[in-house]
Amino acid sequence: MGWQWFHRLGSPRWFYEKTGPWVFWLGLAALILLAVGTLWGLGFAPVERLQGNSYRIIYIHLPLAFLSMAGYYIMAISGAIGLIWKMKLADMVMKSAAPIGAVLTFLALFTGAVWGKPTWGTWFEWRDPRIASTMLLFFLYLGVIALQASYQNQQMADRFSAILAIVGTVNIPIMYGSVYWWNSLHQGATIKFTGGTSMHPSMLYPLMVMIAGFYCFYAYALLKSVRAEVLHREYRTQWVKDLVSSNRAV
Amino acid sequence: MDFQFESFGEFLAMNGHGAYVWACFAVTFALMLYLAFAPDIRVRQFIRQQKRLERRMAAARSGELESG
Amino acid sequence: MHPVRKQRLIFVLFLVFFAGAAAALFGFALRENIDLFYPPSKIVAGQAPVDKQIRAGGCVLPGSIKRIENSMTKNFIVTDGIANLAVTTDVILPDLFGEGESAVLTGKLNGDGVFVATQVLAKHDETYMPPEVADNLNTADHVKTCKGLDYGT
Repeated sequence: MGWQWFHRLGSPRWFYEKTGPWVFWLGLAALILLAVGTLWGLGFAPVERLQGNSYRIIYIHLPLAFLSMAGYYIMAISGAIGLIWKMKLADMVMKSAAPIGAVLTFLALFTGAVWGKPTWGTWFEWRDPRIASTMLLFFLYLGVIALQASYQNQQMADRFSAILAIVGTVNIPIMYGSVYWWNSLHQGATIKFTGGTSMHPSMLYPLMVMIAGFYCFYAYALLKSVRAEVLHREYRTQWVKDLVSSNRAV
Repeated sequence: MDFQFESFGEFLAMNGHGAYVWACFAVTFALMLYLAFAPDIRVRQFIRQQKRLERRMAAARSGELESG
Repeated sequence: MHPVRKQRLIFVLFLVFFAGAAAALFGFALRENIDLFYPPSKIVAGQAPVDKQIRAGGCVLPGSIKRIENSMTKNFIVTDGIANLAVTTDVILPDLFGEGESAVLTGKLNGDGVFVATQVLAKHDETYMPPEVADNLNTADHVKTCKGLDYGT
């Protein structure tokens, strides 16, 4: 029936075997897109009229900021699915999404700070609403990591980190709205879901390539991390034992 | 579409903004490499650990047989 | 749906709803405090504390930047189209600072209603274009928030 795929997803073994071939292609796509986008954005996109070359940081800052929020949705939604349907795989996705999201959010803050120095005149403005809500996002990721590490019982760890992740979703609309609801140092969104963008096409195309590349990279990193988590949690099952003794896992 | 810089040196310098731009890209790609390959390290450790466990169990079984 | 799952689904929905409501109330209560800076109109209207470190933000009034000779002192006026605030500073101004551009200042308001800035930050907007395109469009080199502003002259 229509729900069969959903129930199949509950089987870590089915997931592990199905997604094996995807890893390579996602990695290849990410590598090509990131290489093309980086070269295009750094070398071939024109200079910005006010910011000069420092604006080129947007080619990683914006995809990182996108992913830090998209990754949070993935973590919170899979946490909710794990909580409601007790689906093992969803719990594994939630756990794996936390460290990846934390690193990407850290990078979004870091690249923002480095960009802020030549343009705004300061590395960091703690009180800026956009920066403060991004810091909060970073701490929410760290919270999930900490909860996962502090419970011996995996079920308890999954339950409490899912609750934290779900409560933390309220921060996402605050992040989007922070530059519009309050006056802030951070500029508004460059790419809007409704209406056009405020970037010249010669600069926008490489940015699109970079965004696509970062999304492929995220899928690649998350998939590999979930697959490692599957092996760890299913170590007692016969199929993992067979996989280990036949050296086919790596 | 042309290359925007006269020379490789200028490409690196980026009109004074080179340090900022290159630092961002370098740190980002370094951490992304870590994210990409950390799961491989984890899987390798897991397999080594499982194999050690297997060997120990096998040794324990044969020990039991000898003494019994 | 299984009743137990339904119960857990309702729990999750409640969690989101109450966390959202709490955040909304919190944000509403603190809405003034979350603002990074005071607009000039509020400062001129006396709604900002005097002699206490605050932030001000607005557009630099074209033609208002005056450099005092033989010193680091710069005087200029920031405006939000409603009121003008006189600013004096002796710090180095960032590259993107300019007339008709947006700026965020940290400092104290003195008794004469002049803002003494100890930090000047430039605020840029989200439009990115190459210089020759900007020339062709004949757009003034000013950030969007400051474009078409009634400078109240």
